[in-house]
Amino acid sequence: MECLVEIRGITKVYHRGRERIEVLHGVDLDIPRGDFVALMGPSGSGKTTLLNLIGGLDSPTGGTIVVAGRRIDRLSGGDLAAWRAAHVGFVFQFYNLLPALSAQRNVELPLLLTDLSSAERRRRARIALTLVGLADRARHKPRELSGGQEQRVAIARAIVSDPTLLVCDEPTGDLDRATADDVLRLLQMLNRDHGKTVVMVTHDPKAAEYARRRVHLDKGTMTAEPRSV
Amino acid sequence: MRYLPLLWAGLFRKKTRTILTLLSIAVAFALFGLLQAVQVAFESGADSADAKRLLTTARYSIIEPLPMAYLRRIEQVPGVVGVASADWFGAKYQNESNAFPVFAVDPNRYLDMYPEFTVAPAHREAFARTRTGALAGQRLVDRFAWRVGQKLPISSEIHPRTDGSMNWEFDLVGIIDAEDPAVRGNTDMVLINVAYFDEARQSGRGKTGWYIVRIADSTQARAISAAIDARFMNSPDETKTQPEKEFAIGFAKQIGDIGALVTRILIAVFFTILILTGNTMAQAIRERVPELAILKTLGFSDGKITALVLAEAVLLLALGGSLGMVAAVAAMPGLNGATGGRFPPLFVGPETWLLAAAVAAGVALAIGLPPAWRANRLKIVDALSGHQ
Repeated sequence: MECLVEIRGITKVYHRGRERIEVLHGVDLDIPRGDFVALMGPSGSGKTTLLNLIGGLDSPTGGTIVVAGRRIDRLSGGDLAAWRAAHVGFVFQFYNLLPALSAQRNVELPLLLTDLSSAERRRRARIALTLVGLADRARHKPRELSGGQEQRVAIARAIVSDPTLLVCDEPTGDLDRATADDVLRLLQMLNRDHGKTVVMVTHDPKAAEYARRRVHLDKGTMTAEPRSV
Repeated sequence: MRYLPLLWAGLFRKKTRTILTLLSIAVAFALFGLLQAVQVAFESGADSADAKRLLTTARYSIIEPLPMAYLRRIEQVPGVVGVASADWFGAKYQNESNAFPVFAVDPNRYLDMYPEFTVAPAHREAFARTRTGALAGQRLVDRFAWRVGQKLPISSEIHPRTDGSMNWEFDLVGIIDAEDPAVRGNTDMVLINVAYFDEARQSGRGKTGWYIVRIADSTQARAISAAIDARFMNSPDETKTQPEKEFAIGFAKQIGDIGALVTRILIAVFFTILILTGNTMAQAIRERVPELAILKTLGFSDGKITALVLAEAVLLLALGGSLGMVAAVAAMPGLNGATGGRFPPLFVGPETWLLAAAVAAGVALAIGLPPAWRANRLKIVDALSGHQ
């Protein structure tokens, strides 16, 4: 299968005052196109840092990241922003919707960066909301929605510009089990039926079961899957 | 336009705070509009001054009269193309509070000198023909409900008639007005015929208050002024000639430097607005750091985020400023009515609108740039993890 994400020898160092913190130590990872990967590991293992690097939210200290044949670790801030807009959809634990905008307007946000007309933006946002089962909540503000609905709106926003890659950081961390299962089934559907490559950070083994495969990080290094106790 | 809903939503995220901020900006701009109108009214004499007009007064005091015989001698100065005279009458109408300027003039010479004044041809002809005739400014006519054709009883505080009475009577034969609202304030006067006035007054005959001199070339104003004054040097009635604008500014400053006063008040007002709205704007952006980080995550570049924050400041000032200026314009008819025509007409002209736009843009930049810079420097990862 074609490799969508190719990571080689990635290191990431943060500086907090005089303290030097190396979060990732030479990570290698391949993610084939159409894969659904659960990135797992204990707190502080570097999984969110790795996810941020894959999604182009941050740049590595060393190593290379190639996504769909393009090396993104050397892109400037502006180029990286344009690349994110075109290729990546983001889903966060706390939804991160803009509270002053309706669901429809939130979903339209990524399309503001395109040349699409206002009518076309509205049409596409409505399709995305329909896909996540929230067409009837288009005019609602985030505070008028439940947690699960908010996360569905966030997923609609992530897919509205038809990105290749969905990057999800603990997408069910703030949801009850039943709602979490709904959201995970939705991600599974997007992966299976629409061919989206999904990379999901989670420390919930049940959530990870929805993925095609699991990748483990511990102390900034890829490890074998730990044995269940 | 595509970002307007986003800007609008950001601006009105906290409605009460934004409305209060908008109101404070609106009050500042309403004050700006009103004070500018007052300043323009006071400076209308200077602003409407003609660069080709000079004023010749007595050298040491403008209340000292000059001989009427000077008119011909001034006409002979090279570069001079026309001369008119005017004399101060010192009028009051009905009671002390109804004071307005009354000038004794040669009708044709004076009206030729001020083409910016509009007088119906029939009225002008009647004024030139009628020795006891008078022209009155449109606003005075409205204020006192005069009618053309009526007698105009006016008392003078300076000039008694030959019989010793201070009460004069003229025939109102026409109305004087101006199309430009800035000039209209200069028509708040009554013109009387100097031929009749000079003959009917008890003292001061053969004298006039000042001369208005039209020259062919405004760049020669200084030289011609000097030539006129040189002509009367070492005579009992030495003169001081200066461009009309200089004279008008000097005259207005006798009341007080309105321009400086207005400027100082407005600086204080806008400095306060700058601090208040700047603080509000900075706080509003601080609260929305995670939202700005999300926009960056979605692909909004640093430049676009900077522009959005600046545009929000511009929108805030545009809304508040427009509201204030519209309020100032709406207040003008009421204020003009309340002054009863005792004050030059107040109005908000295009220059005031342009100045307001420039001030709004300046304030918007001043309050928008610091948070815009902060938004520009925002690192997504730090902002999303709550480190910014």
